[in-house]
Amino acid sequence: MKFGIVVFPGTWSEKDTHHAVNGVLDQDAEYIWHGDEALDQYDAIVLPGGFSYGDFLRCGAIARFSPVMEAVRNFADRGGPVLGICNGFQVLCESGLLPGVLMRNDHLEFRCIWTDLRVENDLTMFTSTATKGQTLHIPMSHGEGNYQADDATIERLESNWQVVLRYADAAGNVTPEINPNGSINNIAGIINERGNVMGMMPHPEKASEKLIGGDDGNVIFSSMIENLVATLT
Amino acid sequence: MTVSQEILDEIALSRSEYEAIIDRLGREPEPLELGLFGALWSEHCGYKHTKALLRTLPSSSDRLLVAPGAENAGVIDLGDGLAVAFKIESHNHPSAVEPFEGAATGVGGIIRDIFAMGARPIALLNSLRFGQPDNAHTRYLLNGVIGGISSYGNCIGIPNVGGEIFFSETYKGNPLVNAMCVGLIEDGNMASASAKEPGDLLMLVGADTGRDGIHGASGLASRSFEEQAEMRSAVQVGNPFLEKVLIEACLEALNLPSVVGLQDCGAAGITSAAIEMAERSGMGLKLLIDEVPRREEGMTPYEVMLSESQERMLLAITPGQEGPVLELFEKWDLDATVIGEFEIGENVRIYDNGEQVSSTPVITLTDAPEYKFTGTKPGWLKDLQEADLSATPLPSESPADVLLKMLAAPNIASRFPIYRQYDYHVQTNTVVEPGGDAAVLRLKGSKRGIAVSTDCNGRICYLDPNIGTAIAVAEACRNLSVTGAEPVALTDGLNFGNPETPDVQFQLTESIEGMGRAAEAFGIPIVSGNASLYNQSAGTDIFPTPIIGSLGLLEDVEKHSTAGFKSDGDLIVLLGTDSPWDEIDGFAGSEYLDLIHGKVEGQPKLDLDLEVRTQTVCRMAVASGIVASGHDVSDGGLAVAITESAVIGGIGATITATPGDRWDAAMFGESQSRIVVSVAAADLSKLELLAGEGDVPMGVIGTVGGDSLRFGDSISIPVADADNAWKNGFSLATSD
Repeated sequence: MKFGIVVFPGTWSEKDTHHAVNGVLDQDAEYIWHGDEALDQYDAIVLPGGFSYGDFLRCGAIARFSPVMEAVRNFADRGGPVLGICNGFQVLCESGLLPGVLMRNDHLEFRCIWTDLRVENDLTMFTSTATKGQTLHIPMSHGEGNYQADDATIERLESNWQVVLRYADAAGNVTPEINPNGSINNIAGIINERGNVMGMMPHPEKASEKLIGGDDGNVIFSSMIENLVATLT
Repeated sequence: MTVSQEILDEIALSRSEYEAIIDRLGREPEPLELGLFGALWSEHCGYKHTKALLRTLPSSSDRLLVAPGAENAGVIDLGDGLAVAFKIESHNHPSAVEPFEGAATGVGGIIRDIFAMGARPIALLNSLRFGQPDNAHTRYLLNGVIGGISSYGNCIGIPNVGGEIFFSETYKGNPLVNAMCVGLIEDGNMASASAKEPGDLLMLVGADTGRDGIHGASGLASRSFEEQAEMRSAVQVGNPFLEKVLIEACLEALNLPSVVGLQDCGAAGITSAAIEMAERSGMGLKLLIDEVPRREEGMTPYEVMLSESQERMLLAITPGQEGPVLELFEKWDLDATVIGEFEIGENVRIYDNGEQVSSTPVITLTDAPEYKFTGTKPGWLKDLQEADLSATPLPSESPADVLLKMLAAPNIASRFPIYRQYDYHVQTNTVVEPGGDAAVLRLKGSKRGIAVSTDCNGRICYLDPNIGTAIAVAEACRNLSVTGAEPVALTDGLNFGNPETPDVQFQLTESIEGMGRAAEAFGIPIVSGNASLYNQSAGTDIFPTPIIGSLGLLEDVEKHSTAGFKSDGDLIVLLGTDSPWDEIDGFAGSEYLDLIHGKVEGQPKLDLDLEVRTQTVCRMAVASGIVASGHDVSDGGLAVAITESAVIGGIGATITATPGDRWDAAMFGESQSRIVVSVAAADLSKLELLAGEGDVPMGVIGTVGGDSLRFGDSISIPVADADNAWKNGFSLATSD
């Protein structure tokens, strides 16, 4: 099992992702430079967080033109699992691999806080080790995580169970008060129709060990590993 | 004398300094040379008024790998093949003029100092001072500074884990923005800001050079200053993305054998960076100024030499081996250009288009004059110290109302509304998040961890610069000790008024004496620092504010303590005194006296021996695993400390004794050397044993539990009310 972790200039979550996947969960992991175009040796791709290309113009808007993104698109087209975290989610939306946009937080401030994410769909390859309705305690850290899309898209996402994670309180109640950024329907993470590309604003790699506040983020990576092992064997 | 006063003023050199230059050169300096002198002899680069004093500070330690002043930052050995570089630096005047960019580039500058050492930056802290937030301009400064720190720090991927913020009218026109950065050096991969051999090439990497920030060091940072909107062009503009790429590229470049030196290009730009490298290398330097890539056409050598364009670094490269270095920077899409060569000799020789435009001895440039002075205690200070604190009237409000008012005060209320704007998780090392006494970070691959904090109470330093600064050291260390970390080193950010006045000379002299005395009592060195002078509002010097950054070591990071109470039935113990309540003396410089009575007076006191013993016992108790919570008693006194532990822990507390007639002094006095810990009843005897052996007085003052806060018969309020006041106070006080 080998994870490929994409590094754009300005990415800063690649080492944290490597630590979670390799240091904690003991899987092979390598960095992929944004100029690389060959992803055949990887079983899963992670687009980590950070400020790719300084987020100039618009978050993820320049990264989508990197050579590696064409390769990521092909990888996804072949059914390979792709996880976009924070800036990675923004890049996936800019690339059209996921629908919708991530706008400025409604309160206009950057926000770094622990969030509780209710798992809305536990049948995906990113959440299969969770239980529907369970909450995951995972931090977020972004200025532009306010997920929005047109009504038809939202309706499609909701009816297809493509909304995977929602901001909730610790007990799992999804309320407007708990919404940290103004995302429509408290959306924190979505998956594509085919079920192999997921984007989420909070950072599972930052919740990899109890010593640093919790290890619920491992649920996401462990689910990917479990499903890949099942596929590969 | 050919030079006009106007020119001298522009570069902040005095007439006598100009004459000293002529004397040393044996001739009149060329305009370009005068610019170099102005920068290098500025207070900011030359430490004219502080050099002699700083030399007296303790700088030795078994853990010291790089001595203060020898490189861009001091370095401390942590064992396990790990070392830490850390330093604090001010960006006060740029932040007063342009708060967002001033603060952002302050963060950028200190980060470069740290990775110039070959250290990966792992933590940022910031220590901020503003006027009272009921003023619209102050709120503009506050929001700008926080926005700048947030914008730069978050983009660059370094966690912002701590610091302080304090409001007082003394800082109204002259906010203080001090940023501290901590970096980790693994396996002895330390870099030096020097060349190895004559012939080594000088390479400039990163941003192009523009006209921004010219005279930042001399003009903004080194002379009397009032709000000067016209100085805005002297403030640089930061690009955190470029700096992030620069960090990665430079740390990677240090793995190349041909990269022998790395230097930050900060205040006074290439002038200071290149000439200091030459000095450190004991070599001369030939600079080809026309090779420097520029942002705009028509820049003069003077402008190129003095530009403070951000995100630039200098490297020393073995000649003939620059190929792989250029390739590496190319990979990171960074410009890298050879702009000079180290050579045998004493001079820095500047060439423009093949023509030598200046040749000046390096040592003449770097050896700035040194001003020595001794201070005399001003009469007004004696009056303040001798004020009769017992004449303070009792407040008309009830004790509970005073407590709630204190909790909501801008200087005490929870800082969560600020630090939630900073990423404090990135790099996944944050074990204790901001909001407690010190942040605790693990060091991956080691059992060890570090704790970091900053501290300084300007009010107390104003009332007694000597004892006040010793208290700043004591508190910065106490913040570490309550987490269980042993203080191992300090960095100092000196923020003072106009050093040409007797009062400020007195404050500087006393403050540094007190700092040295306290550091010696703890047996730890001051490894780095920065001096920002000429901080004045409306012609009045600010409170002396020597901000102390502290670094602590935890042998086992899992064994740390946090500030919040934990369990029903735990006993609340006050370490450092056997009396539950403070006395009237504790009013000196207190938040209570300032907030409720509008007074800053009294004589602060500190028993350094007791302080050191108390902290040692606290650390031993944490290491033995019996401490459920530990919290420093500081701003707001015991009642605020207890309430904070309750609110953070989400559980109530009952203090048994009832304070006497002076309930205000008892509960809100700020006498030093006190730590509130909570322990399980079964562990009390162990704590008593440790305290007895350590000769530290202590007493059980109450119990944890329930959902209300009780202080004898004086106060009984729901924890929820205290929580509400403490958590919302800051936003209420700082919103428009």
